[in-house]
Order: sequence, then C-alpha cells, then structure tokens
Amino acid sequence: MDETAQIENFERRIAAGESIEPKDWMPERFRKQLTRMISQHAHSEIVGMLPEGAWITRAPTLRRKITLLAKVQDEGGHGLYLYCAAETLGADRSELIDQLLAGKAKYSSIFNYPTLSWADIGVIGWFVDGAAIVNQTMLAKASYGPYSRAMIRICKEENFHKKQGFEIVATLAAGTPAQHAMVQDAVNRWWWPSLMMFGPHDADSPNSAELKRWGIKRRSNDELRQRFVDMTVPQAQAVNLTLPDPELRYNAATDQWHFGEINWEEFHRVINGDGPCNKERLQARRDAHENGRWVREAAEAYAAKQQRMQAA
Amino acid sequence: MSKTEATLNGDSQWPLWEVFVQGPEGEPHSHAGSLHAPDAALALQNARDVYSRRGGVSSIWVVPAKDIIASSSAENGLMFEPMDSKVYRHAQFYKVPRGVKNL
Repeated sequence: MDETAQIENFERRIAAGESIEPKDWMPERFRKQLTRMISQHAHSEIVGMLPEGAWITRAPTLRRKITLLAKVQDEGGHGLYLYCAAETLGADRSELIDQLLAGKAKYSSIFNYPTLSWADIGVIGWFVDGAAIVNQTMLAKASYGPYSRAMIRICKEENFHKKQGFEIVATLAAGTPAQHAMVQDAVNRWWWPSLMMFGPHDADSPNSAELKRWGIKRRSNDELRQRFVDMTVPQAQAVNLTLPDPELRYNAATDQWHFGEINWEEFHRVINGDGPCNKERLQARRDAHENGRWVREAAEAYAAKQQRMQAA
Repeated sequence: MSKTEATLNGDSQWPLWEVFVQGPEGEPHSHAGSLHAPDAALALQNARDVYSRRGGVSSIWVVPAKDIIASSSAENGLMFEPMDSKVYRHAQFYKVPRGVKNL
C-alpha cells in the first residue's frame, strides 16, 4: 500500500470507530501528537502527587490520612499506566523522564499552585479530580487502544478521589465559621486554575482540530469546561459555598451556567514555567529521582546476582 | 552509554513485562498493562502494587514482553477472514423442525 492509500485506510478505520493498536500503521503526525499528549498526561499524574503529598503528614485524622495516602499512590499508578501507553508508540521512558526533569516537558498547570491549608486537599479532589474525570471520560473513548484502556482504568479509580474531596469540603463547610472560611478561601483560590485545566478556547487551541479529526478528542476544550461548570455550581450551592465569579449566572435558554472570562495571561505564564511552584515541583522530582537511584541500582545488582547464581 | 548514564533512568533499560490478572477464581486471566522490572520477582511485586490496588484479584501472570508472539493487524485478512465464511461452524446455521426441543 502506498502512503495515500494507507492514510485513507487509517482515516476510514477512525471514522468507523475502530481502535488503532500499537502495531497498526499510523501517520507519523498521529504518533507524535499522541506521544506528546500521553506523556504530558503521565507527567501531570506524577507531578500531581506533590501538592497533595505535602499534607499526608498533616492530615487531621487517621481516616483522612489513609485516604490521602491511597489517593497519592493511585496518582503514581496512573502515571505508570500512561508512560506504558506512551511507550507503545515507540517513546523511550527514560527520554520522557529526562525531558520532565530538564523542564522541557509540559504538565498540567494546576499543579504549580501551592496547597496552603488542609481545605485545599478537599478542593483539589472536588475541582481538580472532577475536571480530570470530565476530560478523561471523553479520552476513554479515544481512538488509540492503549490510551483508551489506560483511561478506563484511571476513570474507575478516580471516582473515589472526587468523592473523598467533596466529603472533606462538605465537612468543613458545615463546621465552625473558621472552617467554613478556610474552605471558602480554598475554593476562591482553586476555581479559576481548575477552569484553566481544560486548556485554551477552541479558537486558540492549535492542536484541537487535528485531535478531533483523529478521534483522540471527541469534545472541545470549551464544551468540556462548560460541562464541568454546570456540574459543579449546584454542588457548591448544596454546601453553601460561593464560586468566585461575579458573572456566574444561570441561562435558562441554554440550561447552562454562564461564567466570566479566564485570565489567559496567567494560564500562559504558569504553563510556560512561571507559576508559584514550578521550580519547587521540578526540584522535588529531581530530588526524588536522585534519591531513588540507590534503590534502582540495588534492584539491578540483585537481579544480576540471581542470574549468575542460576547460571552457575 | 556509560554505566552512570545507563542507571540514571535505569527503569527504562529494564525489560518490559506484560501483566495479566485474573479476577475471581475460575475466570480467565486478562491483560491489565505492562511495567519495567529488572527480574521476574520484582515484576510480580510491582504488578501487585500497580494492578491490584482495588483488590478483587486472585492471580497475576507476568510475561517478558519480548517473548510474546503476536499476530499483525496488517495480516488480519489472511489470518481471520477464512473463518468468516464458515457459518456452518455456528449452531444457528442449522434448521430444526418446529416443536423439537433440547437440541
């Protein structure tokens, strides 16, 4: 088959809703876009362990502590599922990790914000995992098999993440005035960065059209963002919290919540490395990598020794 | 590549293992995902941590990915199409007189 016929066949398969598997022919551009997207997603899971990890030792009860430990462990697992999916495209894991550690790879801008109070842990589960679930539920239908399967596994596990977050939020919101104020403050700080997680407006999103044509994304950034807002506003009302947007109002004609404009200058600044915690996050990853070196070396030495003993 | 560089990101240089998990006993093992590990024992240990965090697993297999021999989708026609025309291999192909039971 020549290349034109291959592309035609490929696009016919996508249009028919078939799943593209690692050994199938795919355009180089598809492979490149997917590798970029999946590795950024993997990095986000790994860096995403840091803001929450900071509160494991300070969780207010044992119940909250085991929950948070389990959640952070899940995020590490999710990173692994995704690195594996990227590898099926021919990417080298060590190169992907080098790019992250060198500050050359992108990851979700949300993780460059600090977790200042315990309430932030609740709000992250509610907003950040909530937004991630909206996005990942769509990606679970992506045309690339390994990515879609990783997403299905991740979505199943993330349901508890969102619920445990909302449980923390609801508990604090129904607590003392100081607790209510603390969780309202967390909501005020995390709301806008959470909306930014869906990425630029469709008109300003350079990759969207292509990703949609190839069945990787099935909904646009703005559609997903709207879905998240519509889902979240009634949840905030249910626990007597307000969202920090004076323009927020219900539009009966569309049955949707209208919301104000995102500060895109902030979005681009943070994603390009100049957020409140970018440097701290990367340093923490580099330290973890360095400090884990002896474990990797010991595992290698042990495996080599076992092999020698078996051979003897 | 020097030894230091090779071990810097050692996990990627380690062999790739495919992980199969069995849900309740009696069910078939099915593919869960993959991971890197230096040997079979660690592959099994890591597979437990990564692919059975929610319980419900009664057995795990880890298989070196390099040892799996897979069919190629480019040859799907050659491999599987001959079966498409053999409808007589399905029970629905056969006619049974009305009223006859337990066939």
